[in-house]
Amino acid sequence: MAQKTYAGTVVDVNEEGYFTNPSQWTKDIAVEIARELDITLTEQHFAIIDFLRKKHLNGETLSIRSINHSGVLDVKTFYQLFPGAPLKKATKIAGIPKPASCI
Amino acid sequence: MEQKYPVKKVNIICAKGAIEDVYATLIMGNGAVMEGIETNLFFTFFGLDAIIKSRMDKLHTAVVGNPALRLPGGLRMPTLLGVIPGMESFTSWMMMNEMSKLDIPPVSEFLDLIVAGGGKIYACKLAMDMFKFKKEDLSEHVIDILTVGEFYEQAAGEGSHIIFT
Repeated sequence: MAQKTYAGTVVDVNEEGYFTNPSQWTKDIAVEIARELDITLTEQHFAIIDFLRKKHLNGETLSIRSINHSGVLDVKTFYQLFPGAPLKKATKIAGIPKPASCI
Repeated sequence: MEQKYPVKKVNIICAKGAIEDVYATLIMGNGAVMEGIETNLFFTFFGLDAIIKSRMDKLHTAVVGNPALRLPGGLRMPTLLGVIPGMESFTSWMMMNEMSKLDIPPVSEFLDLIVAGGGKIYACKLAMDMFKFKKEDLSEHVIDILTVGEFYEQAAGEGSHIIFT
């Protein structure tokens, strides 16, 4: 298993850089991962990250559709906040595994 | 070092209008959008039903002439059962129901998601003329009605792929 250091903390990640232990995550760590992806985190980013973490910790499957039901923001904004591959980038920043969903 | 050739753009053609045909296109298309791949969806012939406002959320699957169709429990569905009135509607409803359990949205909502991510939806001019559809019949997400030549122009580019579902 690989390890990386973010914000002075050593965390366990897989070969793609996704956290294998979401409890090691902090907001400071998120800011550094986001910087690697050229994203500057705002309140809105943190709101959806919080939603994704909660869903993951509840054992729910993450999908792009679930973002619309988040009550935080809609899918269009989500794509704007995490340009390119939003669900992959957002889960990486949120310190949770890459979603295994096709939708 | 090994050279990599990422898929940069996909152009998916949907020519059939059964649930499984349309959803193959929508799932592949949405998946591409989610990966940050430039995505064009082109609907033609019976596939147009997926972007016709009055039809898109009422698609059916074939219960006659569909040898892969099985009853709950796994037995093959006899073709003769398929001719019972209401069987096609019921089977289609069941299929949509199973899909919604997996968080797969209805067609109209699926198009919303794809467009929200920057995917582009096109209709085929020849098929529109043949079925006598007008622009007003189409979902507002359809950005243009294309000829075959225009489709190929849209599809051009390095790392671009054309998929026929």
